[in-house]
Amino acid sequence: MKNIVIVGATSSIAEHCARIWLEAAPANLTMIGRNAERTEKIAADLQVRSPESVIRTIQTDFLTPDAIKQTADDIAATGAIDIALIAQGSLTDQLDCQSDLNACKESLEVNGISPVLFAEAFAGHLANAGRGTLALIGSVAGDRGRKSNYVYGAAKGMVTRYAQGLQHRFAGSAVKVVLIKPGPTDTPMTAHLKAQGTKLTPVEDVAQGIVNAINRGQAVVYVPGKWRLIMWVIRHLPKGIFNKLNI
Amino acid sequence: MTKMSSWGRLNAHEHVVIDINDRSHIPALLRSHKPGLAYGMGRSYGDVCLNPGSTLWKTAKLDRFLSFNNKTGVLRCEAGVLLRDIQRLFIPRGWAIPVTPGTQLVTVGGAIANDVHGKNHHAFGSFGDHLLKIRLLRTTGETIDCGLIQHADWFAATIGGLGLTGVIVEAEIQLQQVPSAWLNTETIAYSNLDEFFHLADDSEAQWQHTVSWIDCLSSIGRGIFMRANPTSESGRIKQKARQLVMPFVPPVSFINRLSLHPFNNAYFHLQKKQAGPGIAHYEKFFYPLDNILNWNRMYGPKGFFQYQSVVPRSVGKQAVQAMLKEIARSGEGSFLAVLKTFGNREALGMMSFPQPGVTLALDFSNNGTRTLKLLERLDAIVREARGRIYPAKDARMPRDLFGQGYPKLHEFLTYRDPGISSALSRRLIGY
Repeated sequence: MKNIVIVGATSSIAEHCARIWLEAAPANLTMIGRNAERTEKIAADLQVRSPESVIRTIQTDFLTPDAIKQTADDIAATGAIDIALIAQGSLTDQLDCQSDLNACKESLEVNGISPVLFAEAFAGHLANAGRGTLALIGSVAGDRGRKSNYVYGAAKGMVTRYAQGLQHRFAGSAVKVVLIKPGPTDTPMTAHLKAQGTKLTPVEDVAQGIVNAINRGQAVVYVPGKWRLIMWVIRHLPKGIFNKLNI
Repeated sequence: MTKMSSWGRLNAHEHVVIDINDRSHIPALLRSHKPGLAYGMGRSYGDVCLNPGSTLWKTAKLDRFLSFNNKTGVLRCEAGVLLRDIQRLFIPRGWAIPVTPGTQLVTVGGAIANDVHGKNHHAFGSFGDHLLKIRLLRTTGETIDCGLIQHADWFAATIGGLGLTGVIVEAEIQLQQVPSAWLNTETIAYSNLDEFFHLADDSEAQWQHTVSWIDCLSSIGRGIFMRANPTSESGRIKQKARQLVMPFVPPVSFINRLSLHPFNNAYFHLQKKQAGPGIAHYEKFFYPLDNILNWNRMYGPKGFFQYQSVVPRSVGKQAVQAMLKEIARSGEGSFLAVLKTFGNREALGMMSFPQPGVTLALDFSNNGTRTLKLLERLDAIVREARGRIYPAKDARMPRDLFGQGYPKLHEFLTYRDPGISSALSRRLIGY
């Protein structure tokens, strides 16, 4: 059975990835979450979907380096990791970030620092094992700073740059680093966008895209794929035009 | 505000739509948005799932399993789980939902609220007959766990209760053992209603599933009878069935006076030629239309009505004959027409639709007054036969027919949740 680790296991995208993996084949799944009750609820659901899987849940602090290292060490001690998916995140309102530095800090921490710390903790173990896939969920918002969500975008941009460096480090080895950039996805995180009428991609489709990218070991994947083109255009818009856009 | 429609696409009014993402959020949501109504997949045809100008609590994301006992077949799950997901997960393990409707793209909560039935009513009753427990959350803050013994009155009010007794959040379902994903089938053409009833009666003891397609334009009542039993044999999947899509809404209904006659003729003769025994995968046999995404668009921008009635067996033949005559005379109607006998059993729910007799279900393109007039003539036949109409399919039945068809209505009303209302409840009950 594959050893799969999910950090931020209550994320809706991560939950749907887990469903796809476990319904395809039983696995050893370790779910790491901040909220024990919610993590347990998802674990119970996955256990019904895949009775032969071995599922365990771990509750830990998401910002304390020692706790993160200990968690990663404990998991790695039970066997080589095949897939580690780093999925935590929270879409903090941009205006809140502007008016309240605590909100700003929290957004940077949960979307940027925490994923990097977890990834770094697992990267060492993948390096030792000489194999495995480390997948990080970035965002299209990390591709170019925009007034509507630049704090969140900055944190996701950090994940992008971090993943790039990690890919450089593991180039030529059997360790794969996959950076996923979802467009706006229909999850609890984006409920306010949906209420404003934003078109969102079903979370099942995004999860399938992620699972496929991990299977292929693809370096950077946009889900759905059309965002690669959209973000290429946005990244290349001259400042004069870009600054006139209300995005 | 979001425009929401039911499956019949008769209208699209503004609603405040709120996703329920986690069952721990529900009490707060129910308190703060009233009057609301739980909304699953929106597969009911009329207005039972709509609440224009007010709130819909969308349950599709409440889709987690809680537990499954492999020895007893008892499944506990949240109300937004799709019947499709239960079938796909458990049929390979030898367990299936005993009763399912003609689409598996409905939620467990919706299946309970409409007490749906299937092709095996004579053998297994309706969906409610296989429930062990329901957890109901009320906008008053109460949680009611009800079942056959505990709060049996709430159980009976909620099965077929049109979502009006509270929000169904969890259910415990008794699955049934099945030998495989396949069914032995037999297809037989019939040329009049006498032959249909003869076939139906003959099949009741030996066949778990019986259903028939009826040519609604033939006043004599010709059609195609299908019966099936689970089998331990496996058929061969010729090729993976492609998911088809009705990609757009045509400017006029594809189903009209010009297209219907040749279509029905061709279908009848094609099926007649292919009649005989066969083997079918459960998805193909039970849910043939699920393979065409958004098939309801083919009725054009004005949408369609579905009319499903059940009339007692003693007057069944005369009533069905009379309805077919009215339809043939009007030239309205649709390719999608189903005739089936219900078994001799009463449903658990106070407001459940299935009752002993014969049920006829038909689609009608919405041609405005012309269609409504025809449906009124069908009402008169149902009224005289002491029958009833299925609320899950209805968008226009008159109040007196609702009252006559559902004699336990007054008892049911004492179980209503004061913070829940639907377009149907306002139309037929007044609030």
